[in-house]
Amino acid sequence: MTPLDGPLPRAVQVSARGWGWRHAWRRAFAARHLDLELTPGERVLLLGASGAGKSTVLHALAGVLGSNDEGEQEGDLLLDGVPPAAARGRAGLVLQDPESQVVLARVGDEVAFAAENLAVPRDEIWRRVHRALDDVGLDLPLDHPTTALSGGQKQRLALASVLAMEPGLLLLDEPTANLDPDGVLEVRDAVIRVLDRTRATLVVVEHRVAVWADVVDRVIVLDADGGVLADGAPGEVLVQEATSSRLEQAGVWVPGRRPAVGGAVPTSDGGEVLLAATGLDVARTKRGPVAVAGLDLAVRAGQAIGITGPNGAGKSTAALTLGGLLRPRAGSVRAAPALAGTAGDDPFRWRSPELVQRIGTVFQEPEHQFLTASVGEELAFGPARVGGAQAPGRIAELAERLRLTHLLKANPFTLSGGEKRRLSVATMLATTPRILVLDEPTFGQDALTWAELVTLLRELVHDGVAVLSVTHDAEFIDALGGATLHVSGGAGTLVHR
Amino acid sequence: MSTDYLTPVLTGRTLLRANPVSKLFAAAVITLALMASIDWVSAAVVLTCELVLMPLLGISVLALARRIWPLLIAALIGAYGTALLAEKTGGVVLDVGPFLFTEGSVASGIAVGLRGLALALPGIFVLLTTDPTDLADALAQKLHLPHRFVLGGLASLRLAGLLVEQWETLGLARHARGVGSGGSFGARTRNLLGQSFGLIVQAIRRATRLATAMEARGFGGGTRTWARESSFSALDAVVAAVGLLIAAGAVTAAVLAGTWNFILS
Repeated sequence: MTPLDGPLPRAVQVSARGWGWRHAWRRAFAARHLDLELTPGERVLLLGASGAGKSTVLHALAGVLGSNDEGEQEGDLLLDGVPPAAARGRAGLVLQDPESQVVLARVGDEVAFAAENLAVPRDEIWRRVHRALDDVGLDLPLDHPTTALSGGQKQRLALASVLAMEPGLLLLDEPTANLDPDGVLEVRDAVIRVLDRTRATLVVVEHRVAVWADVVDRVIVLDADGGVLADGAPGEVLVQEATSSRLEQAGVWVPGRRPAVGGAVPTSDGGEVLLAATGLDVARTKRGPVAVAGLDLAVRAGQAIGITGPNGAGKSTAALTLGGLLRPRAGSVRAAPALAGTAGDDPFRWRSPELVQRIGTVFQEPEHQFLTASVGEELAFGPARVGGAQAPGRIAELAERLRLTHLLKANPFTLSGGEKRRLSVATMLATTPRILVLDEPTFGQDALTWAELVTLLRELVHDGVAVLSVTHDAEFIDALGGATLHVSGGAGTLVHR
Repeated sequence: MSTDYLTPVLTGRTLLRANPVSKLFAAAVITLALMASIDWVSAAVVLTCELVLMPLLGISVLALARRIWPLLIAALIGAYGTALLAEKTGGVVLDVGPFLFTEGSVASGIAVGLRGLALALPGIFVLLTTDPTDLADALAQKLHLPHRFVLGGLASLRLAGLLVEQWETLGLARHARGVGSGGSFGARTRNLLGQSFGLIVQAIRRATRLATAMEARGFGGGTRTWARESSFSALDAVVAAVGLLIAAGAVTAAVLAGTWNFILS
């Protein structure tokens, strides 16, 4: 027997009867009244609006929801007739963020970790490591550092690490949400290969339905009010008008349906030059490698520029440098008088209050930019820093425009993903910068938030704001019009439409 | 570029092959011997041996100095402070205003500086030649420390690396919101506190996610196997013996020279 054909793990049968879970710190149930039967080997796509409890179900199946003091459970959830906690190693869970799943320093050790935890004998561990790496198509030496991997490779590594447990149930929680288009296909194809060999049961949660629609044989839609909204073959659930329109309302990306966006695609090539980069070399750290070299770019008022390229190509570094946050390694970024006003012409030298009035940068992780304890204070913060009496009307208008009015008293950290994104954009707009830089604004966002963002940014462009977005999202770039800066292989090329 | 404490740049091919436990043992006995007495003879013997063994690190003196310069400066400051404050015996070396250095005080200063360096170097030897994963394997398999503790430590080392990046990102993200590093002392302090709080929040979230990922892979069960065997070889006997020899040599030399000055007597 070669190391590559081992015994097949037994696929897991899942059964939920009146199951529900309430986190100890929440009043409402995260998921409730769930009745489900999954036959062994079934491939299921689990959908639902934000907050419908998809992740909760997945975590429960993986047995990582915690003990009774971390929440309250009702009904039964069973894997092959036993609770998930008693079926350690039978279910393998891959999470969304490639970064926070890696435990060890070397690829081989990382894959071996789960098998070690299940007390698998040493020889068998290494057989499984080779088989798992082969399954996911990671052809790397075992001592390859886990930090030196792309996002797609990291997710395939995470997949390999759970495969080393030989799970009969594979659970994927938005495994491709943070990846570039190549990474998405890489991971999906690896999953298909794995399932074709192991015949394990699959439950995958994903906003972008198109990625998985052809792979699964069943789609289950959770109702935000508890229970199941729709359940059936992808061809039925996603196509039938009754269910697909409800999915659309819930923010699910239904294949063939585009979210309704307000405003028209901006067509202007922009007005006066606000910012010019000449022979710009950008680097993330003072002494680290140069990410992109020799960049020439003019940013004009009322112009949208999409910055694209593979993961790790230096898109964000370029955007942050243009945004005056990172020091150019070589070359220059100069603000035109129209942008600089009373400040100097080098954005990197601007003091924070000067910067925030001229260039607003929305980071990928909204939480990094939250500074206060309530949404209202968050919106008032920027204008207060800048000084001068800002009309409270502007804050109210902004809150209204981004549908945050009902949340003004809420703590920013308790908002949903979409709400956090809207707030992080709103805080930047509060000081009316003429340039807005956005780092991956649509990562992991549902279709509703996506459409809102596009609508808002179109209005901004129309009003003369320059919008620079770092993104993998081709539809997003198309929707905003303007130019595209392709960054790869250390160089950037500007393409006008 | 990510800061990765789990895969540090390691040097010294021979010591790299030795088991971390034997290296820790050698470093521990040398340190104990040094700490037992405050005198320059034992410090000089240990430091000489360490300098003789330096080629084992496989790193040039200059490259080493670049990596441990804070320790060198600390040793210098210690020596200077002692020379300035120690009992003023012997002839005057320098007398400028309040600065009075005598032969006796300068000798004490040099002793303190040498001892500081001698104390620091065993740790440097271990750090520069030990892979954290190997260390965890050895601690769990050879010293039978609880695996939850050992692997938790390893995971936190990884988080520490991520947090360094996170700190920088937070700084930029806050600057973009109008909270910069400039302003009055009060403003800077407030900003630093705010950024630290932000880092703590992020650290907890990261740690929670990592813990979930580990738990989802069966971590935390009762028994566990180890994919990599931590083993001892003849080299480890040599490493331990050399450590014992240096320690014993230092103590003997100090006692014979009459400088032995046991801290508990």
